[in-house]
Amino acid sequence: MTTSEKSFDAEALRARVADVLAAHDPATTDRLAFLRARFDAGLAWVHFPVGLGGLDAPRELQSVVDAEFAAAGAPDNNPRRIGIGLGMAAPTILKFGSEELKQRLLRPLWTGEEVWCQLFSEPGAGSDLAALATRAVRDEDGWIVNGQKVWTSSAHTAQWAILVTRTDPDVPKHRGMTYFVLDMTQPGVEVRPLRQITGEAEFNEVFLTDARIPDAQRLGEVGAGWQVAQTTLMNERVAIGGNAQPREGGMVGKVAETWRDRPELRTPELRDRLVKLWAEAEAFRLAGSRLRQQLAVGQPGPEGSGMKLAFATVAQQLAALELEILDEDALRYDEWSMRRPELVDFTGRDAGYRYLRSKGNSIEGGTSEVLRNIIAERVLGLPSEPRTDKDVAWKDLPR
Amino acid sequence: MTTADLLYSDVETDLRASVRDLLNDRCEPASLLARVESDEPYDLELWHTLARELGAAGLAVPEELGGQGASTREVALVLEELGRSVAPVPFLGSAVLATSALLACDTASAEVADLVRKLASGTSTGALAVPLSTMADAEFPTAVTAAADGTLSGTVRSVADGAAADVFVVPATGPDGPGLYAVEATAAEVSAPVSFDLTRPIADVTFGGAAATRLAGSDRAPGAVTGALSTGAGLLASEQLGLAQWCLDETVEYLKGRYQFGRPVGSFQALKHRLADLWLELVGARAAARYAADTLARGDADAPVAVAMAQSYCAETAVHAAEECIQLHGGIGMTWEHPAHLYLKRAKASQVAFGAPGRHRAALGDLVDLPG
Repeated sequence: MTTSEKSFDAEALRARVADVLAAHDPATTDRLAFLRARFDAGLAWVHFPVGLGGLDAPRELQSVVDAEFAAAGAPDNNPRRIGIGLGMAAPTILKFGSEELKQRLLRPLWTGEEVWCQLFSEPGAGSDLAALATRAVRDEDGWIVNGQKVWTSSAHTAQWAILVTRTDPDVPKHRGMTYFVLDMTQPGVEVRPLRQITGEAEFNEVFLTDARIPDAQRLGEVGAGWQVAQTTLMNERVAIGGNAQPREGGMVGKVAETWRDRPELRTPELRDRLVKLWAEAEAFRLAGSRLRQQLAVGQPGPEGSGMKLAFATVAQQLAALELEILDEDALRYDEWSMRRPELVDFTGRDAGYRYLRSKGNSIEGGTSEVLRNIIAERVLGLPSEPRTDKDVAWKDLPR
Repeated sequence: MTTADLLYSDVETDLRASVRDLLNDRCEPASLLARVESDEPYDLELWHTLARELGAAGLAVPEELGGQGASTREVALVLEELGRSVAPVPFLGSAVLATSALLACDTASAEVADLVRKLASGTSTGALAVPLSTMADAEFPTAVTAAADGTLSGTVRSVADGAAADVFVVPATGPDGPGLYAVEATAAEVSAPVSFDLTRPIADVTFGGAAATRLAGSDRAPGAVTGALSTGAGLLASEQLGLAQWCLDETVEYLKGRYQFGRPVGSFQALKHRLADLWLELVGARAAARYAADTLARGDADAPVAVAMAQSYCAETAVHAAEECIQLHGGIGMTWEHPAHLYLKRAKASQVAFGAPGRHRAALGDLVDLPG
């Protein structure tokens, strides 16, 4: 047992929370001032190091802290608004950033003062992220970046981005990448909304034209961008499908509500399909509970690889069924006008929106096909497809 | 329902290892195939080892009635392993159905307690005299009637494990209404129709004025039958899970070693993706089956939901797994010599056991306020 585990049990953390609340009454303290005080007390993310918003305490104790602050009516950092910063940028900066970068970036990231986005995917690099083409070239005191990124949530509100670039086209693709932190507010960065099939634009395209990055904002070694990106992506998949849900949480609850509200639309065939999907949603909700129980006793199972795949499949079928249940009402849509939602809500708006938005669930954050490959190869141990690109210089790949 | 323990405890894991060792040793595919066409479709020696030496027959029976004092969680675990081996032992009929029905009778009565002890110790094998396809919400069976003198008459078709039974637990309607009776197998006429499931054959049982012992009257008999069938449905999900797991494991291994077009066929995405989907289905099935076993063990109010969900889901998973096993094995999967067909036959027969999935979904819809 480490010193930190000894010193921080749940009781010690509760006492620490009480100290913060006593010194900064949430009712009278400015929201941002309160969040900064919470960060400085090490209660932002307790598993982070001392001085960077944490206490080196066990990660599972975070829920104790969150519950205490919530019970006291304290403001939170609106985690859904800054999910990419919290879930993806922060763990990567923590692991690969210099001390100076950590000190500069993590506090405003956590409080939400500075919003983060992720510049990974490109028009020519989706599932095959390692094929990316955005070039970073050495300048005397840093790097000059040119290229195009796509599917970027929050780019229009972000101050900072995590960015993966091609720095050496002459070596095989996985070896020629470098990872940076990019200032999004500079002139070389142009953000354009990317309109989706729902009519709205959650995402953006980001065009980088002679954008500049000081070398001090590089994360990891030159050429080690792929390894650094793996840290980011692993944290992304931990975040998806990892949360506890009540029964009928999410999409299944919406469709069940429609079913209960509209008895005149019921048919035996629709009912059988609905109950079948209800059971599937419930089975995978329980599988999520099972996964968390395994983690709690230190026996992580491979189930995690499948949770996002199951979520996407079930959500899509439920959303599709709801439109069939709605019959004539399925012929209408709330509105197609181009909007810029600040939060992504898979089950928000009307049934038509839910159906269309759910189509993205099997594409974003790893397509269902890539996830099936991962399950087949890493869980079941089946051989990979023969690869023709592993030992070819990036510049010589067919594209 | 937030307190459900969905894991396998250390004790359960040890139990699994013991049962698996026994089955690996004594129930390998070649001897299983030879047995199914013999005069002895049941492996009674294996059954006696399992029931008597490992104590599996009395797992969920209280210690004061001669059992192990464990719960449906452990019974479910044994069923997982039996499903994995499609073992030809009358565990479902005796240790699950007949025993559950008896435990719902008045165990303070000497007749009931005596019979429970015999089944729990494995010295006697029981079967519940209802068609295997009976769903828990069905009307009380009327196939057998009890005369005023206490003898039973009538025929029950498709009784699971009936051919291995020493004693039948028989729901019958008499002058006083529904009752539950015990009839020695020697007092009944047991015939073996050709069974679709080769490793859990059914029997047709005829009682022609058979001498019977009354175990419960109209106050307890209907609940005992319903409870046994509901427990059977909920725990069969674990057998279906174990069966599906064998099919998946076997298929994965085969596809790693089978070469066509100069590479292992398991490297083709078209096949890998099907197996990944099947694996995922098993993740859901395991959660559902564990939830059913746990809620039944605790007498949780959510148990009826858990049973309907687990049986509808796991029945389909088992059939899907067995069908994929045949298809992805290609020609060898279609042969009699490969054991895959034993799993398909068990899976398909089990799908209609205790009510086909659509009927469980209808019940589930009623339970969770999704009315028809």
